[in-house]
Amino acid sequence: MRLKGFFLLTLILLTFIVSIAFAETRIRLVSTTSTQDSGLFEHILPVFEKRTGIKVDVVAVGTGAAIEIGKRGDADVAFVHARELELEAVKDGYFVNRHDVMYNDFVIIGPTNDPAAIKGTKSATEAFKKIREGGYLFVSRGDRSGTHTKELSLWKKTGIEPKGQKWYLEVGQGMAITQRIANEKRAYTLTDRGTWLAAKDRERLEMIIVLEGDPLLFNQYGVMAVNPQKHKHIKYKEAMGFINWLISKEGQHTIASFKDKHGNQLFMPNAKTGNGQ
Amino acid sequence: MDFIIEGFRKAFILILNLDAELLGIILLSLKVSGTALLIAALIGIPLSAVIGLKNFPAKGFIISLMNTFMGLPPVVVGLFIFMLLSRAGPFGFMELLYTPSAMIIAQTILAFPIVASLCHSAIVGVNPIIKQASMTLGATPFQVAITIIKEARYGIMSGVIAALGRLMAEVGAILIVGGNIAGYTRVMTTTIAMETGKGDFELALALGIILLTISLFINAVLYFIQKKGIVKK
Repeated sequence: MRLKGFFLLTLILLTFIVSIAFAETRIRLVSTTSTQDSGLFEHILPVFEKRTGIKVDVVAVGTGAAIEIGKRGDADVAFVHARELELEAVKDGYFVNRHDVMYNDFVIIGPTNDPAAIKGTKSATEAFKKIREGGYLFVSRGDRSGTHTKELSLWKKTGIEPKGQKWYLEVGQGMAITQRIANEKRAYTLTDRGTWLAAKDRERLEMIIVLEGDPLLFNQYGVMAVNPQKHKHIKYKEAMGFINWLISKEGQHTIASFKDKHGNQLFMPNAKTGNGQ
Repeated sequence: MDFIIEGFRKAFILILNLDAELLGIILLSLKVSGTALLIAALIGIPLSAVIGLKNFPAKGFIISLMNTFMGLPPVVVGLFIFMLLSRAGPFGFMELLYTPSAMIIAQTILAFPIVASLCHSAIVGVNPIIKQASMTLGATPFQVAITIIKEARYGIMSGVIAALGRLMAEVGAILIVGGNIAGYTRVMTTTIAMETGKGDFELALALGIILLTISLFINAVLYFIQKKGIVKK
């Protein structure tokens, strides 16, 4: 009986040791909910993992939180969309090797019948003013994400302080949930096109794009590695492997080939290889 | 380590300053959980008395069902209520999703099995002599039930308070059906989840401390009630 127990224990221990020895390399990628919700990672990561054998674990939070997580060294690489915040974090020495990767754009979506009559308006600030003047509900991410940062900069341009207003709902959640809440509340919201296209049919949203194409709504995504000088335990080599792949011909091609089920391309690759900041 | 100490320091400052936003969040938590508990108790206590005192087919099955539902995962309840209340769902026309009412509905469902099950145990645990005595004295079935509920009051209160503890700490269901809208459906637990996600630990910590304090208070009351019940016996 005792011998049997001993053998069992040895077996278990051996399994542990073997599994550790053969464990695949994993890196932690901190990214945004809008990227995750669009389904991009399920499309590109298998290609990368197959090529390099490096497994990528994605943590999806708002851009602001993503940068904070990277600063604290709780991730190896960040893939976010708030250029100014990213460049600032690089300048402060928390991240290195930032590259532009791809872009899409933001759109303003609202109820199908567009009660604020935004359709036909050309500028996002004009649209925001109309929402404010009519007191139509507007759902804000309110989570310091890239989308939220963009939205706040638009409100600032209009000179309106929306915080605390009755028609302004701050939800503090991801993009897909924010769209869902806007749909239920018959409200307007600002969303990235990728999440909108991915969700509108799946969730049967009774909403339409009421404004698109304003240059103010351009949405640039960037990737950067956590500075290994700040955090020694970071898997810098593997993180750089991911970054270099993302901006390589193959990586860029994989991003371009990601389409929703109607064949719309969701992200436009625009990396300038070897031109990191 | 520094950021933990700093977090606690700022959290205490926030609690001391108790601004309108923080107070609103705490009050909404109490309102939602309190209302849900009240509804669950109003239905659960009479129902548990009926189940405890009457004999009928499938009684054992119903009791097992109640006990199982005590451990109902909040996210599953949230998902279920979400599907019912969504615009695409059967009750979508009522426009209840992402309102405090939806949160109360979800929490009532979570509280109900706990209240019913623990009250049932308390009622079954009452000395059978009391039932016999009151019947001998000519009490109607309703009067018997009232007498027994009175006798089991400490156990019943324990059940109700245990349910309150679960509701106050719950986040899964109310986040899904409430939507965490600032100043409207944002409660303590959903704020903690959100602020942690944002990387803003001070407010999360402050609310965590307040939540624990309320929890401690609830449990102190529970202990007091239970002790009184034991002494009396």
